[in-house]
Amino acid sequence: MDRIPILKIGQVLLVSIQIDLQDQSVLALQEDLAEQISATGAHGVIIDISAVEIVDSFIGRMFATIAATSRLFDADTVVVGMRPAVAITLVELGLTLGQVRTALNLEKGLAILGKLAAERELAEGLDDLDEPVQANS
Amino acid sequence: MSVDAGDTDSLAVLLSKDADVLIARWVALTSAPLRGKVSEAELTRECRELFDTLVAAVSTGSRDFQDPAFVEVRAALEELSRNRARLGFTPSETVVGVFALKRAMLETSGQRTGDTGLREVIEFTLLLDTLGLWTFECYARAREEVIAQQAEQLLELTTPVVRLWDGVLAVPLVGTLDSARTQVVMEKLLEALVETGAEQAIVDITGVLAVDTQVAQHLLKTVMAARLMGAECTISGIRPQIAQTIVELGIEFGDITTKASLADALLYAMRRSGVDVVRKRAQVG
Repeated sequence: MDRIPILKIGQVLLVSIQIDLQDQSVLALQEDLAEQISATGAHGVIIDISAVEIVDSFIGRMFATIAATSRLFDADTVVVGMRPAVAITLVELGLTLGQVRTALNLEKGLAILGKLAAERELAEGLDDLDEPVQANS
Repeated sequence: MSVDAGDTDSLAVLLSKDADVLIARWVALTSAPLRGKVSEAELTRECRELFDTLVAAVSTGSRDFQDPAFVEVRAALEELSRNRARLGFTPSETVVGVFALKRAMLETSGQRTGDTGLREVIEFTLLLDTLGLWTFECYARAREEVIAQQAEQLLELTTPVVRLWDGVLAVPLVGTLDSARTQVVMEKLLEALVETGAEQAIVDITGVLAVDTQVAQHLLKTVMAARLMGAECTISGIRPQIAQTIVELGIEFGDITTKASLADALLYAMRRSGVDVVRKRAQVG
């Protein structure tokens, strides 16, 4: 079974899926990613699926699952580079990605994470100033 | 062209004398080239109906197809042709029923008369029928190719994706929306999003005259798919009647942005991509 590599760029973890996804590799990816986020304290995850041509409902659910997991570690998830055919398939399957953000390509995805990180710093900074008691809530 | 009553009666008599044998042979000849596309019972019913109207028309003494006596025959043939066309039969398969009567008659009458001269002539007219039929078949096929080509071109022509601003694409939809067209629109728009990297898309339906639940469903799917790819999609130009229809049908557009006009949608899209429009201060003098 092929394991999907997880690359760290600054505070962002990049998952670039270059193979046809099997259910096993999807499950392995979810485990690996949770460990990596926990270990690195990354604030963002980018899943690049520009090479993925075939999806099913299991893979569709993977995005929502990964996003929910990342959220527990306070990291945002962006899915980038979805092909039109894949988007149409997911819509036809009636799947929505829930809280997952999407971007047209990797560059725009990084830009979104950058903006979110800036907002977060600002918000946390303000929180610290105003209500230090609730800072870790 | 009309002949005298004596001859007329003789033809009508000839036709109706062995009617059952004739019709049975007719049905058999008709059903062979159709390869079971129509049931035997159905064919028999059609043939008998046509035969009866034909005998009735012939027995009035008329031999002119345009004559009022043939009104019922024409109606029967029209209905038969329409049915065949809807079921996707070729012209040959449609018309074989009519020509088969000639062969059936030749066979049944030939058994009695045995006139070889007449037989030759009839055999030759049968061949001519086939030639005429083949000509028509080719003609119809050519026509259908032209129509299919035009339909395809129309589909391509009527769904342009235009770039309104840097990072803003628009699809002005005109005419009637059906599943095939909305599918093409969806695919072309999503492809264009990937190619141009635009993050804002506008689907303008000012030129769309009617929206039903299915079309609305397709529009929603387009917006959802664009969203999945990381672009935002706005729907603009909903006509008042269509707005009422949408409300009456109970179609939920949810959190999809809709704007009254293309101009509003463009302004919204530009603002979303960080561009604002400012009117120049009026210059004095």
